[in-house]
Amino acid sequence: MALENTGYLEYEELVQIQTIPDEERFKKGAVAVIECVQQIPCNPCEAACSRKAIIIGNPITNLPIVNGDECTGCGICVSKCPGMAIFIVNKVHSETKATVAFPYEYFPIPTEGEEVKAVNRKGEVVCDGKVIKVMNPKAFDHTPVITIEIPKEYVDQVRSIQRRRAE
Amino acid sequence: MIEKDVVIVGAGPAGLAAGIEASKAGANVLIIDLNIKPGGQLFKQIHKFFGSSAHRSGTRGMDIGMLLLREAEENGVEIWLKSTVIGLFPGNKVAVEKGLENEAKEVVTILAKKIIVATGASENVVRFKGWTKPGVMGAGAAQTMINVNHVKPGEKVVMLGSGNVGLIVSYQLMQAGCDVVALVEAAPKIGGYAVHAAKIRRAGVPIYMKHTIIEAIGDETDCVKEVVIAEVDDKFQPISGTEKVIEADCVAIAAGLKPTVELTRLLNCEFTFNGVFGGFIPLHNKNMETSVEGVYVAGDATGVEEANTALEEGRIAGIAAAQSLSLIADKEAEEKKDAIWKRLEMLRLGPFGERRLSAKEVVLAEYLNKVGMPQAEIKLKG
Repeated sequence: MALENTGYLEYEELVQIQTIPDEERFKKGAVAVIECVQQIPCNPCEAACSRKAIIIGNPITNLPIVNGDECTGCGICVSKCPGMAIFIVNKVHSETKATVAFPYEYFPIPTEGEEVKAVNRKGEVVCDGKVIKVMNPKAFDHTPVITIEIPKEYVDQVRSIQRRRAE
Repeated sequence: MIEKDVVIVGAGPAGLAAGIEASKAGANVLIIDLNIKPGGQLFKQIHKFFGSSAHRSGTRGMDIGMLLLREAEENGVEIWLKSTVIGLFPGNKVAVEKGLENEAKEVVTILAKKIIVATGASENVVRFKGWTKPGVMGAGAAQTMINVNHVKPGEKVVMLGSGNVGLIVSYQLMQAGCDVVALVEAAPKIGGYAVHAAKIRRAGVPIYMKHTIIEAIGDETDCVKEVVIAEVDDKFQPISGTEKVIEADCVAIAAGLKPTVELTRLLNCEFTFNGVFGGFIPLHNKNMETSVEGVYVAGDATGVEEANTALEEGRIAGIAAAQSLSLIADKEAEEKKDAIWKRLEMLRLGPFGERRLSAKEVVLAEYLNKVGMPQAEIKLKG
């Protein structure tokens, strides 16, 4: 696994290891994409989903699988994953734009409407984006979930934004 | 002389859990810790923990620390802080340099019916030219600075080591507002969990695999200003001509941990060497009892693992100590310990845990072969 040598996953590698929602499901709107690829004894994502759309089962080291029929893309699991490995992807946000939601635990926390630099899994800036939603309720325990809008063609690459510095 | 049913050395997750269990059973418990606050390393762990729902996974380590402290308090566990155990003597005598008000100290001796050693682990160091300069520190020290004392150890940090400590502390340094300008790893593979590596890559941290630090260069005041790294060959020797100079004012070394075993050494407990667990460790049985009767161990002091395993081992030691004091019925104690060993098995699953699961079995088997039953008499060497 190249990941072990580089610290990041190529998308091609990810789809071989993890069960990613199929294109049919992506056409229906927002859905969780889980980039958890090692058998870690960990299952809070399974408990986080009230619709039971994430399945790990026994043993606890199973990789989580998303049931696309049940997942509504709400983003609660994003804040619960200790590995920060869950993203909400909406490939049909508009004609030209997609959205990606990700956990973001750095100050300053972005605000809605803000223009940001979207980065890929290596931290490289790939395009401009716009923050359209910031979810940070108490239940998320200080892990804000940020949704950004980006050009559609970058949706499988973008997984965060360039880290900004406090003033 | 003060008398206690159970004296526990160390108020980290293992020691607190042991204290809670023994106290619940009715034992008179004292925990001794040299720090100014209890909790061990838990209050530095500001990230959400992995694990099962049974282990409050998804909860931040510091919050687990708060829950433990509350539980210890509710169960009447006495804790002496700023107090150092300076000796363990035959007959279960514990010598303590007890911290008093106004920074004064007093030496007291306690007679303990049972002793639980939960002293944790200490950081390994990597030596390179300039490794003693101001700005070079253990990753754990950097983590204490940011998460406990809220002081940045530097603006630009080079992290050495890609185990979970190196990856997590890199992330937390950025949360504190530092930049991690390089993560350097001599091995060809990332040591820690891929998801931890992935989140620092997303934040733009360059990871240099098969590289090491050659030198930390100081400025006019000798503080680190530049770090020289180089690629290493298959024998981890630096390859001449591959040097790179990185501007940085801090080097954090995350080269693993080793169990803190001085106290169990003092008692001449039987030891073994176990690479998976970080070095020499006291042999113990399924009660967490060492070769010396009435002396128990738990947590990283028995082999470096993580907070959840430390907690569970602490619970076993606390229950076993109470059981041997006849404070819990054998049947109840055995059922409780069995349930915990099953949970520990869950924690030692997967490609990362398996090594620890089998290493633990080796330690337990070696105990049966070499020790059999705990010995009342302490064998004096020589």
